[in-house]
Amino acid sequence: MKRIFWMLCGLSVALLAWGFYEAFFVAPTEATMGDLQRIFYWHVPINISAEIFPYANMIASIAYLTTRRKNHALALKLDAIAIATAEITVLYVGLGLGTGMIWGRPAWGIWWAWDARLTSALLLFLLYVSYLLVRKFSSSSQAPVIAAVLSVFAGIDIPIVFESITWWRTQHPAPVLRGDGNLDPTMKIAFLWNMVAWFFWGCTLIWARYAIVRREQQIAEHEALTALEA
Amino acid sequence: MIYLRTVWLHLKKDLRLEWRSREAIAGMLFFTLLIAVAFAMAFDPTGYPTMARQMSGGLLWVGLLFAATTSLNISWERERRNQVMDAHRMSAAAPSALFLGKALANFIFVTFIEAVLAPIFIVFYNLHPLGEMKWLWLILPLGNWAIVANGTFFAALGLNARNRALMLPAILFPVSIPALLSVTQATTAVITGDFEPGSWVRLLFGFDVIFTTACLLLFETVLHAE
Repeated sequence: MKRIFWMLCGLSVALLAWGFYEAFFVAPTEATMGDLQRIFYWHVPINISAEIFPYANMIASIAYLTTRRKNHALALKLDAIAIATAEITVLYVGLGLGTGMIWGRPAWGIWWAWDARLTSALLLFLLYVSYLLVRKFSSSSQAPVIAAVLSVFAGIDIPIVFESITWWRTQHPAPVLRGDGNLDPTMKIAFLWNMVAWFFWGCTLIWARYAIVRREQQIAEHEALTALEA
Repeated sequence: MIYLRTVWLHLKKDLRLEWRSREAIAGMLFFTLLIAVAFAMAFDPTGYPTMARQMSGGLLWVGLLFAATTSLNISWERERRNQVMDAHRMSAAAPSALFLGKALANFIFVTFIEAVLAPIFIVFYNLHPLGEMKWLWLILPLGNWAIVANGTFFAALGLNARNRALMLPAILFPVSIPALLSVTQATTAVITGDFEPGSWVRLLFGFDVIFTTACLLLFETVLHAE
């Protein structure tokens, strides 16, 4: 497992380095914002990944709730996936907020605006921090079920939160990928490389966390068994 | 019919328990009053009537939210004494009826607090609402239900947690922020008269319907979480 992990890590670093090269040296400088725009190549891929991982968490949690009575071994694996995706969600949303603030200071003149998109990203962050807190505070036998229920609630909450984008006046730039904006082809290539790199790195981290949680579960089961036999 | 009867029995039991002790209502009432006073000291609302109008809706709801979290934990604490929760787990009655009865009881308590507190807020903050007051008949119950339904559910979720007092707000606040946003916006719209509260009320209604359904469907899982 260690060898695969280091291989995946190496591949991630190579992809990230290539994405960095594409974004900094290949992509042209944007007309109005200048070099400041280059943070877009990290900010947007990180945030897109940060919106995919919560749904992986919710699907794993729903699957956990349906299988926990029938197939205990599978349920434990699903719970491990839920933990790993939740932690990486917190990491990615945090990174997305951080890169956004670094961009916002020179572009808007302020670090933070209570704009709809920023607020919804912050709420996503808070929801998953509370998910991790609940896992920590709950008694160990109940934690997976309670966390899974909370994950379903968070999953329902996210679209409602995002819906508020259209309601609140927004200061955030309009989405360039599917909106009216258009992207230079070389910019698109740099963006796609970074998208692949960041998503791949996120998946590597999730896989590593999953493997660690599985080990912890096996140790706990083994300890419970030896305690029973003694 | 049997389901409704079970809900009614749970509601009646919770109302009777509260009537005998009056601890949840008295606690909430005093707590919200203190919040109103503390905010008034911090912002001097009588000196700035326009600012008071813009802020008081939010202050009222934040106060109610804080007060509700204190009483929601009490409402499940009663079920823990004498292993009542285990009896609920073994009972053949629908678990969601227990949730619904308790949520309705909490709804009545919070509505009572609001009925007492809203006039106090108007007096303390020297408010002259400029919008249409009739909207409040819709906004207040919908907002109450949003806090209480989710709050009752999450309080049950944290029943066996190590750090119960902290856990309820840690879960309830992030999930109910869309509701808090829409209810404060709608209330502010009524008080200031600057914009129409209609769209925020619709969002609030949607939130209530979606999350009440989720609570009813998932309560059985939470009750049998072990």
